[in-house]
Amino acid sequence: MTLNAWMPVFALMTSLIAAVVIFALPEKGYRLRTTVNLGAALLKLGLVAVMVWGVFRGVDYGLSYTMLPGVTFMLKADALSMMFAGLSAVLWLLTTIYAVGYLENSPNRARFFGFFSLCVASTMGVALAGNLFTFFLFYEMLTLSTYPLVVHRGTEKALQAGRTYIIYTLTGGAVLLLGIAWLHGVVGDLPFRPGGHFGDADPDIQQSLILIFILLVAGLGVKAALFPLHGWLPQAMVAPAPVSALLHAVAVVKAGAFGIVRVVHDIYGVEASSALGLLEPLAWLAAFTILYGSVRALSQGDLKRRLAFSTISQVSYIILGISLFGPVAAAGGLVHLLHQGIMKITLFFCAGNYAETLGIHRIEELDGAGPRMPGTSVAFTIGAFGMIGVPPLAGFITKWTMGSGALAVDMGWVIAVLVASSLLNAAYFLPVVHRLWFREPADRWPRECRWGKLETSAWLFWPPLLTAVMTVMVGVLAALTFSPLFWAELIVLREYSP
Amino acid sequence: MTLYLMAGLLFTPLAWAVLTLLVGFTRGRLITWAGILVQVLVSLTLWLAVSRDGGFYYGLGGWDAPLGIELRVDGLAVTFVLLTAVVASACAIHAGVYIDPDKPWHRYFWPLFWFLWSGLNAVWLGGDLFNLYVGLELISLAAVGLVALGGSVAALRASIRYLLAALLGSLAYLLGVALMYGQFGTLSIAGVVFWLDQHPVPAGSGLALALMIAGLALKTALFPLHRWLPPAHGIARSPVSALLSALVIKASFYIAARLWLELGEPLGSLAAAQLVGLMGSAAVVWGSWLACRQPELKQVVAYSSVAQIGYLFLLFPLTYSVSESVALQARQGMTLQVISHALAKAAMFLAAGNLILSTGSSRVNALTGVSRFLPFSLFSFGLAGVSLMGLPPSGGFAAKWLLLQASLGSAQWWWVLVLLAGGLLSAVYVFRIYRASFLDGPETDQFYHPPRSLELVPMVLALMALGLGLVADPVLSVMALPLEDGSR
Repeated sequence: MTLNAWMPVFALMTSLIAAVVIFALPEKGYRLRTTVNLGAALLKLGLVAVMVWGVFRGVDYGLSYTMLPGVTFMLKADALSMMFAGLSAVLWLLTTIYAVGYLENSPNRARFFGFFSLCVASTMGVALAGNLFTFFLFYEMLTLSTYPLVVHRGTEKALQAGRTYIIYTLTGGAVLLLGIAWLHGVVGDLPFRPGGHFGDADPDIQQSLILIFILLVAGLGVKAALFPLHGWLPQAMVAPAPVSALLHAVAVVKAGAFGIVRVVHDIYGVEASSALGLLEPLAWLAAFTILYGSVRALSQGDLKRRLAFSTISQVSYIILGISLFGPVAAAGGLVHLLHQGIMKITLFFCAGNYAETLGIHRIEELDGAGPRMPGTSVAFTIGAFGMIGVPPLAGFITKWTMGSGALAVDMGWVIAVLVASSLLNAAYFLPVVHRLWFREPADRWPRECRWGKLETSAWLFWPPLLTAVMTVMVGVLAALTFSPLFWAELIVLREYSP
Repeated sequence: MTLYLMAGLLFTPLAWAVLTLLVGFTRGRLITWAGILVQVLVSLTLWLAVSRDGGFYYGLGGWDAPLGIELRVDGLAVTFVLLTAVVASACAIHAGVYIDPDKPWHRYFWPLFWFLWSGLNAVWLGGDLFNLYVGLELISLAAVGLVALGGSVAALRASIRYLLAALLGSLAYLLGVALMYGQFGTLSIAGVVFWLDQHPVPAGSGLALALMIAGLALKTALFPLHRWLPPAHGIARSPVSALLSALVIKASFYIAARLWLELGEPLGSLAAAQLVGLMGSAAVVWGSWLACRQPELKQVVAYSSVAQIGYLFLLFPLTYSVSESVALQARQGMTLQVISHALAKAAMFLAAGNLILSTGSSRVNALTGVSRFLPFSLFSFGLAGVSLMGLPPSGGFAAKWLLLQASLGSAQWWWVLVLLAGGLLSAVYVFRIYRASFLDGPETDQFYHPPRSLELVPMVLALMALGLGLVADPVLSVMALPLEDGSR
């Protein structure tokens, strides 16, 4: 086999081997562990960059072998998988840097970073899976490797959240497995293929296909936090900030949304999904989730909880975009996979900084924190404005593309949803920004720590600023080659004209 | 060549049993290690030979059936022989360190262990009903002895209970064998199949099969005949529990499965097949439920065995009057479930033994803080749990997938619900252990740290259970080889 066939395996192995090495290292091997972790993250970033360039030029990466009778294990890189893999590679590096600072001097770090790497390996597998079976393999591995991260603090509250998380995700996994096994029984092993497989589906199996679609979306919808399956996400907030960042921006919710994109685009195909009457209900469900998440976010007093409800809302943009049955709208949805990741991770990094540096957890405690922590607060403000959709930031690109896409397919009601959602975003983010910059601080912070000459530890200071800069750049430079928008349009082009 | 292999498989364990009987525990251990080497080599060679050339019938000592002992050496049998070699060696290595050599009665561990192994090999390879019975009795008696080695009154009580159940099971089985012999005039399974090809099915011969399978179900602890298992498996020393759960109950199931696959179609009925499936499903639900409620760590693992055995019995409805491809999937699923459960459950019992050793308590609640100071044994336990929950990429998942496909393919959707619900229920008891261990405990390390060799053995087994799913196709392909028609 050629080197190209093994590239996805290498990309997967970097984090997998890092995980094993980290588990094997002693708890005190702080320096070596950080080196291994950052080295692996950089190596993976390099591998992914090579593959992105290759996929752009049309190189085939991938390999497969028979794992069970009639079932293949298949890894392959296409435009969509590179989008997700790229996101996870970039944000793994930044989150690792952040986590090193965040967890300084706390116990159980070997365990934390080991499972952290395993979690990224699973995300990579989800991105590079070539069929639903392989996708499921890594999807469940993701569930298992995130559990120890959610319960990391070992408090009763954390364990309770972990319990809710596991009940939701494993049940979702069982439903998904049923859908996949049934689909396999009906039509056999199907690789992901732009344009899907059911363009000319046998009318006899249409009924089954509709039921299977519902099972698949219900199973995936748990991780994507689609209403009414979102209950675990706000509870999982008790996890340490880097974990929340990873869960919300890259790993768990994105794996669910990515799976739904895979099912709609590469298994059923947009045309067939639309012909079976499946897209419109999905669009309505996504639209409802967008508004519901935003409305719930309004009343949350805890900063991280507010961000969690915001995630529920924002992830459904992706699903709304792909279920509108039009290329422009689909590009708007797909690009949000990246945009939401970058913006949300910025916000979570900032929330973590406030908590670690000043002991702030609740929104009313943020009064006047802007002048005390200008770097973090600038990053937070950019992230919040991006979420609202202020031009020219990332969120604006999403909403603009999706809105014009909706108009192109005569779905005016989507504009109303987008406008309402933006107003709600503003309503729950602007008060926070206002408190940061325009209120007098209280006499003393809840629990202040000093970390040297920067406003906080350097490990915590730079990652949110970097992602904030990215939020600006992906918006300003959206027209350039290799911008997220460009890449999303490339995916859609391959999907709509296979 | 084959002669030596067969002799090696059946007689070296017996010879080693006698040898170790003559010496004490420590010397017995040395002798055992040499024996393990022989057994592993022989088992591996036989497996390689069969995977290359296919299976065959073998008349021991040149005597063919019906006079001599006829052995059926096919892909399934040699796979289980190899599995036994792996699991039994792992348990022996663990036991060599784990079991305290100072207690005088522990010197009987090695002879009993070797009798058990020879019985297992006899069952995997046995081709006629009576020799299978002999193998089964050898296993039962050795297993009862091993449980009694626990030494306490509770251990004796559990072992007596186990003995009674095993004897009752044997009695039912033997009665069935006698009826079979009266009806068909042969004890060889192949002979019965041959007879049935030539003649119409005689009335009442279903009873013989039912008796045999009922006896074997009792020995396998199928719900509602499971009551003897948790006390026996829970109270035994950990390496013994591992042997019992991983291998011993599989032996009686293997005979039941073999009888059903060969004779079920002519002698069984749809109602009987569904009934056995139903009992299996009840075992999955009830066993998991009770596992969730046990305060003692090893009882959790023991009840989990009751549940996991339930999946195996889905073989009965999934192979009765279904298409050839569905029956194949069901057989393959059953095989993978036997292998993965054997590996995972042995790993889990051994890891549980280590955890009990470290915390000094057998209760689940004592695990608080373990994940901070003893991550290694906990990790083995956790990885084994992944296979029991049937999550990918483990062998348990591959088995579940095949059984799901078989259920969907034969439109028996009710088993689909059992498979999915069973997975979720097992997650409840596995995560209960994780939860206890992740709870933030004492600031300082107060645990005893067992030697590395004790920790390594369950890890290796757990990794094998986990990796089995990835190599399931090559493992199953050995079983697909044709059986060379040698005897009769």
